[in-house]
Amino acid sequence: MNDPATRMVSVDLQENEENRAVIEAIEADNPNVRVRHMPGVVKIEAPGRLVIKRESVEERLGRDWETHEFQMAIITLAGNITEWDDDEIVLAWNARR
Amino acid sequence: MTATPTRPARKLSMKARYSALTRDLDWEPSYVSSEEMFPYTSFEGIKIHDWSKWEDPFRLTVDAYYKYQAEKDKRLYAVLDGFAQSQGHLSLSQASYLNAMKIFLGGVTPLEYQAHRNFAFLSRHFNGPGPRFAALCQSQDEIRHAQTEIHTLSNYNKYYSGMHSFLKQHDRVWYMSVPKSYFDDALSAGPFEFLIAIGFSFEYLLTNLLFVPFMSGASFNGDLPTMTFGFSAQSDESRHMTLGLEAIKFLLEQDEDNVPIVQEWVDKWFWRGYRVAAIVAQMLDYMLPKPVMSWKEAFELYFEKQMLEGLFPDLEYYGIKPPRHVQQAIDEKEALSHFVYWVFYNFSFAANFTTSIPSKEHQAWLAENYPDTFVDYFQKPRWDKAQRIVDNGGRFFFMGLPQLCQVCQIPMTFPEPGDLNTICQRTSDYNGEHFNMCSDGCKWIFDREPEKYVQAWLPVHQIYQGNCGGPTVPDVLAWYGMQEGDGGEIAGSRDEVNWAAWHGTPAAKEA
Repeated sequence: MNDPATRMVSVDLQENEENRAVIEAIEADNPNVRVRHMPGVVKIEAPGRLVIKRESVEERLGRDWETHEFQMAIITLAGNITEWDDDEIVLAWNARR
Repeated sequence: MTATPTRPARKLSMKARYSALTRDLDWEPSYVSSEEMFPYTSFEGIKIHDWSKWEDPFRLTVDAYYKYQAEKDKRLYAVLDGFAQSQGHLSLSQASYLNAMKIFLGGVTPLEYQAHRNFAFLSRHFNGPGPRFAALCQSQDEIRHAQTEIHTLSNYNKYYSGMHSFLKQHDRVWYMSVPKSYFDDALSAGPFEFLIAIGFSFEYLLTNLLFVPFMSGASFNGDLPTMTFGFSAQSDESRHMTLGLEAIKFLLEQDEDNVPIVQEWVDKWFWRGYRVAAIVAQMLDYMLPKPVMSWKEAFELYFEKQMLEGLFPDLEYYGIKPPRHVQQAIDEKEALSHFVYWVFYNFSFAANFTTSIPSKEHQAWLAENYPDTFVDYFQKPRWDKAQRIVDNGGRFFFMGLPQLCQVCQIPMTFPEPGDLNTICQRTSDYNGEHFNMCSDGCKWIFDREPEKYVQAWLPVHQIYQGNCGGPTVPDVLAWYGMQEGDGGEIAGSRDEVNWAAWHGTPAAKEA
């Protein structure tokens, strides 16, 4: 249970048209994600690490997308944001500095 | 004036922009000492050696912050307008759904405003530019939340009871003292304790339990505006959670002497926040006509799994243990909401919301979600009995005043650990006076700072002391600012009669 590689990290996103591309990108870029749908919310969990890549989102959205826009989609998260730059957002446990 | 054609300036990377626009705006004071400039960051015993070690994973800058906040507001206000224009309130699952919102408006919205004030204070008084800027953003978020919540619910206030005097009632009504005293406790602490109390313990550990399942419930019950403001606010919460987590890690990394101080704050504020969340528990389990997720399930998903199994193993590295008394919260998950709604059922004649015996279908849902407790401990001894009274033409209300816990201010209703049939009561004596607490958690908190909690403004004591309008129920309700139709039983209430009339159902013809 204490292994940071298997502890679940997760993001909850608003389930709407705009976020579909984000959700699909996360599913494509992260093996072993588990997706749970609740009214208005989609919860995406992954063991250890979860990445959101700008390029993957842009590909599906058909327009430019900056990683700051992720703030519009997110409802809550479990894990540390270990990276948030122009190209990707990474969520993981055990993020000692 | 001939401009040499130049290539457009290269856009700075997020990291460089954050560094230039946030960190670079700091300076060393030269004509006052830094102790004079930041007088509040030493008395709590927290030691900070290097403020620059504070990290903001969001790398927010002022321009990016306002750009996205404006976009969030635009989306929300478009929804509010559409909902109001289309008489959206008529498509709620039931009028009684709004009881949950009446509690939210009076219990939570004023706390958002208080959070705004205190984060504004922190944005001036922390020594480092990183935490100052993060606090500034959160301060702006919190006032946005207060405003959008009031604006969202103001549309319902045109048609429904119980929302007209929420600010006055936040200061006066018995059950509102639970969230109010909780936040006052945090506001009257030092800046670091506030950060652990609200930034970490509330925002990171518990806020999901308030917003996520609840806003899903709003979505499921046709309350589009609340769902939208909830998720809009919650999108800021993920930033607040990150701030809270950053805060605790920063304090722990700066000096080993900070660890025991922070541990005690985590112990205290987990329990304080958890007790306030009891009100959310009953909203989830009883107040949504179409329930979406039980308190127990939400607690397991958002607290046990994400926090105890996810976060705390990370904090173990710093020597931080899960909150003291956390096991009692886990044990109570089977019973918490049932005890609290029973109290509300007993006392809603003196509240701004209405209550009723849960319908047969709702009780079946509760039995299914609480297979070990609901039928034997709550349905048979309480709801069946209340139903018999109703069948004989009555309605049970408890007309006395309950003993309140000196710390959380909830009436004594919670069970002894391991014994659902016995009410837990703990006592402490201080300066020759006797004080009562609802649990080991609240007693531990009282004994740690008795000089603080002996000053509590307890609604029941205040009524007895003659400070709440007079000695009778009508006197007190008048002082609370209650109007006809605000409280009592759902069946036959003003909201229910109006609802039936608007929908042209048979009840309307009888009424």
